Amino acid sequence: MATIATITAALVLVFFYAPLDSDQGFVQKIFYIHVPLAIVSLCGFVFGGLLAIGHLRTGDRSWDMRSYVAIHMSLIFGIAALVAGLIWAKASWGHWWVWDDPTLVSFLIVLLLFATYQPLRFSIEDPERQARYASAFAIVAAAFVPLNFIAVRLAQGFVHPRVLTLTGGNLPGSMRLTFLVSLAGIALLFAALWKYELAAKNARIQLRRLRRELLGEDAVRPLRRSAAPS
Amino acid sequence: MRAAGAVLRKDLLLELRTLETLPAMILFSITTFVIFHFALGPGTIAGQLAAGVLVATLLFAAMLAINRLFVAEREQGGFEAFLLAPVDRSSLLLAKVAALFAFLVVLEVIAVPAFAILLLAPSIGPGLGGLVVLLALVDVALAVIGTLVSAIAVQTRARDLIGPIIGLPLLIPALIAAARGAAPLLATHGHRFPSGRWLAILALYDVVFALLSYALFDFLLED
Repeated sequence: MATIATITAALVLVFFYAPLDSDQGFVQKIFYIHVPLAIVSLCGFVFGGLLAIGHLRTGDRSWDMRSYVAIHMSLIFGIAALVAGLIWAKASWGHWWVWDDPTLVSFLIVLLLFATYQPLRFSIEDPERQARYASAFAIVAAAFVPLNFIAVRLAQGFVHPRVLTLTGGNLPGSMRLTFLVSLAGIALLFAALWKYELAAKNARIQLRRLRRELLGEDAVRPLRRSAAPS
Repeated sequence: MRAAGAVLRKDLLLELRTLETLPAMILFSITTFVIFHFALGPGTIAGQLAAGVLVATLLFAAMLAINRLFVAEREQGGFEAFLLAPVDRSSLLLAKVAALFAFLVVLEVIAVPAFAILLLAPSIGPGLGGLVVLLALVDVALAVIGTLVSAIAVQTRARDLIGPIIGLPLLIPALIAAARGAAPLLATHGHRFPSGRWLAILALYDVVFALLSYALFDFLLED
């Protein structure tokens, strides 16, 4: 409920409250979707890595499930952010892709790295080992996120508008409010989707177990090999 | 330490007797220089382009060694034997990192002069000292991340595919620092030493991933 309310509020603010950008016009509104999506997906990747630490420390497979769902969701959010960013870049810079922008390039590298998470899981058959290796990978990749941003930023100049700097960026008040509400909305959306997906996955596993107990081993078809924890 | 030394000695001896990995890496990099010569067109190159060609070639040659790093252990049951031995598991990590580092150093001792002869326009002499320092730091990054990735990939079904697709994105920041740092060394009238920030980035990268590998390696061996 909180998610729906915040996202509605964010959309209302985006379209009716925030002023039109003087030189980009209406297209600038995509900023309120693109930037929160990107920030939330990066945080989601790191969150997945932290959950993976929980898995390796406790050996409890439910942590692996949490980490898997977080990274899975972040990948979807990240691809959405990338597509939104492409549209915005085309509209405001005139190119679909600009190489001399560090934020864009580092985001692509992070996305490329995390895109290998699923193939890695898929190619390990033993579920216990799959969980362990995927967690190790998630931790390395989460540590990679900030390092990568430092390296790429040093390599190039600044093109991307800085939104969240220590000094508060250069947004006027009404835009900042709208942006923060959008950010909160997307973050809540991520949290809600993460919880639903987790509940759905756990329910499915529970259901299989119950059916197997009630109907016997043969009644339940064996799972096809999958990247998801089981 | 003694266990690490023993495994390292075993790896180097194995390589010396079979000559499987190193000659392949050297041949691969020299062939790649020839390919770059024809792909890029001009007779000789300098500056950023030269640095990029050199670093990319070394990276891909390193991938060959990374793919093969744990294959003997996997196929001949070396993992089980190692787990049975009453030694610290990190010593396997240490030995493999050292072995990979040694491979890369030998590769560069041959490939860098070959690069200077075949492709490089300016003389390599003035910047050589800086290049050695830079490449040493890059080698540590390649060795540490390569060992970690190899340990993950060797247990998967498609290990020759999983290794590079995980390893290459992880190595991109090191590649950026190496290519940018080496560019002024390979330019005509270039600098003698790479700028400090690239060395700092590489050193930071080395330290962070060395600690991470040390922390995570135990979990990759467990069975």
